Amino acid sequence: MVDFLITTVGLPSWLAWTAAAGLAAFLILNLIAGGALVFIWAERKIAARIQDRLGPTRTGGRFGWLQSLADGIKLLAKEDLMPDGADPLLFRIAPYVSFCASFCAFIALPFAFDFVGLRLNVAVFFVIAVLGLEVFGVILAGYASASKWSLFGAMREAAQVVSYEVPLGMCVVVPVMLAGSMDLVTIGEKQAGWFTNWFIFHDPFTFVIFWVYVTCAVASVNRAPFDLAEAESELVAGFHTEYSGLRWSFFFMAEYGSMFLVSVLAAVLFLGGWNGPIPLATLAGLSEGTGDTAGYFVRLLGMANLLGKATLGVLIMMWIRWTLPRLRIDQVMTTCLKYCTPIAAAMFAGAMLWQLALPGGLVAGLSPPTAGVREGWLQEPADAPAAAVVEPAADVAAAGGSR
Amino acid sequence: MMPFAAVVVCSLPAAVVVAAINWHTLLFFLFAALACGFAVAVAAADNVVRMALYLIMSLGATAGLFFLAGAEFVGAMQLMIYVGGTLVLLVFGVMLTAQSPFVSLRSSTGDKVLAGVAAVALLAVLLQAAFSIESWRRPASGVVEQPAATPLGMALVGLRVDEPPSGAPDDAVRSGYLLPFEIVSVHLLVVLVGAAYLARAKRRKTPRPIEVVASVEPPASVAEHAAIGREPGRRGSSVLTGGGA
Repeated sequence: MVDFLITTVGLPSWLAWTAAAGLAAFLILNLIAGGALVFIWAERKIAARIQDRLGPTRTGGRFGWLQSLADGIKLLAKEDLMPDGADPLLFRIAPYVSFCASFCAFIALPFAFDFVGLRLNVAVFFVIAVLGLEVFGVILAGYASASKWSLFGAMREAAQVVSYEVPLGMCVVVPVMLAGSMDLVTIGEKQAGWFTNWFIFHDPFTFVIFWVYVTCAVASVNRAPFDLAEAESELVAGFHTEYSGLRWSFFFMAEYGSMFLVSVLAAVLFLGGWNGPIPLATLAGLSEGTGDTAGYFVRLLGMANLLGKATLGVLIMMWIRWTLPRLRIDQVMTTCLKYCTPIAAAMFAGAMLWQLALPGGLVAGLSPPTAGVREGWLQEPADAPAAAVVEPAADVAAAGGSR
Repeated sequence: MMPFAAVVVCSLPAAVVVAAINWHTLLFFLFAALACGFAVAVAAADNVVRMALYLIMSLGATAGLFFLAGAEFVGAMQLMIYVGGTLVLLVFGVMLTAQSPFVSLRSSTGDKVLAGVAAVALLAVLLQAAFSIESWRRPASGVVEQPAATPLGMALVGLRVDEPPSGAPDDAVRSGYLLPFEIVSVHLLVVLVGAAYLARAKRRKTPRPIEVVASVEPPASVAEHAAIGREPGRRGSSVLTGGGA
């Protein structure tokens, strides 16, 4: 895109970079905010249907489409309260810390082939590292609120997230091992073709570890049945007891953003990423490389695929939330340490042995040859940004000096 | 803090001019200023949790510098280990040491002077080391053709490429920096365990009355309240009422 702005539109390089970065940030921000708007409405409707109610029916027509918007306006208009005993700086900054962590992880997520904010060759690792930072906002909120409910919630959240990072990391390593790369774009590309190429169907071990990943992902984004940090029957509202108005909604947006994030990650790692179950585009003779318009169309199709899978993941999380009762803290720890971690370790070893014995996958006959897969680990992309932007000799010296 | 802020404000217009030429430089100065500024703030703050926040900001800005330099793996490692580690440190620090909410750690003037002397000495050593390198060059590009690790890095994993083995009998001694590195790690672990022990020892001086209370049977009225609304045959109610309502 930077190349396009420089060569076709004729912008100077610094302006082109600013525009490209601004556009990417704008799109991601709106994806999170718009997604939260839709998902909050969906959550209300799903919760209502599961509990044999109707849910919102009046705001904006028959199905209450505009309920989230009305909620948002209400939150904007609410008074921003802060307890007397609170630490003002930490109390104010905590929601933004949570939200920024959620936002930062989206930077490295691909939404279709090369539709990615920043293509990192260690994208998986980056996303996992940043996802773990979201808990910091929760701890800050719990501590700074000067309320026992909040502190209990924050401590529970800290213990839970730190524990569940271990099995989550093990689950994520398996697709990395199968793809031979930590680049999410490469991992998605390796699963091109029919749905039998998806890593979840690679062998029995990956099928099991996908469900371990689902469990750990639900726990790490702090959703029911693992929502001990905001257990409303014991802790009022947990870490956000003292929050109101816009700051509270930032926590909420971070939560929905993280839900969407782990769903996109699950889709890319296990469910074929932007490749549909049936490779329609490939059957029609189109691919990302066939030409500008066709390639763009294929990518848009892929993006629709990926967003569909991720939305399905979020809906399943809601289904789980309104179906299962909340676990106790000892049950949460038991699930993590006695079940998830050993299962993940065993499945990791199994997937490794399977990969050594039968590298082709479960249904090797259906797999098309995976030629043209670029190895993102050692090789820089052909249109490396440094080479594209730096034209004058002065810039070369500056770039060389500051690197 | 004030002189530092003044420097940042004065250098902003200049930085904007630079931005018209090179984003890379601007972002480098931004991240460097953030890292240094929050590092100073860590030393200046007197609240443990605020210190942790500033420390995380400083370490995060350092991760940003790594990303800017194209060392994405090191940057992600920085986020994972240092920023995530500070998080755990904060939780344990608050849980183990806090005696009252919003503990304030006011250090005496003598401590401040001592810390200042130590910091200036360390800074001098680092500056001397940094300026003793003749030319800062980019490492040779192409990961495949040449080993990217420096002699120091190779020595850390146990290979002394700077001192090739000469066949002398004392070769076995020169096995790189792996052993010292491990010793330092174990030392850190011992320090951590010791710190946790010291923080706990203060609490155990007072006997805990809660344990005594917990062993007493609940009074009959409480048991009746607990049994209300429960079916008599269920296990939960039988436990609370002491075997069958």
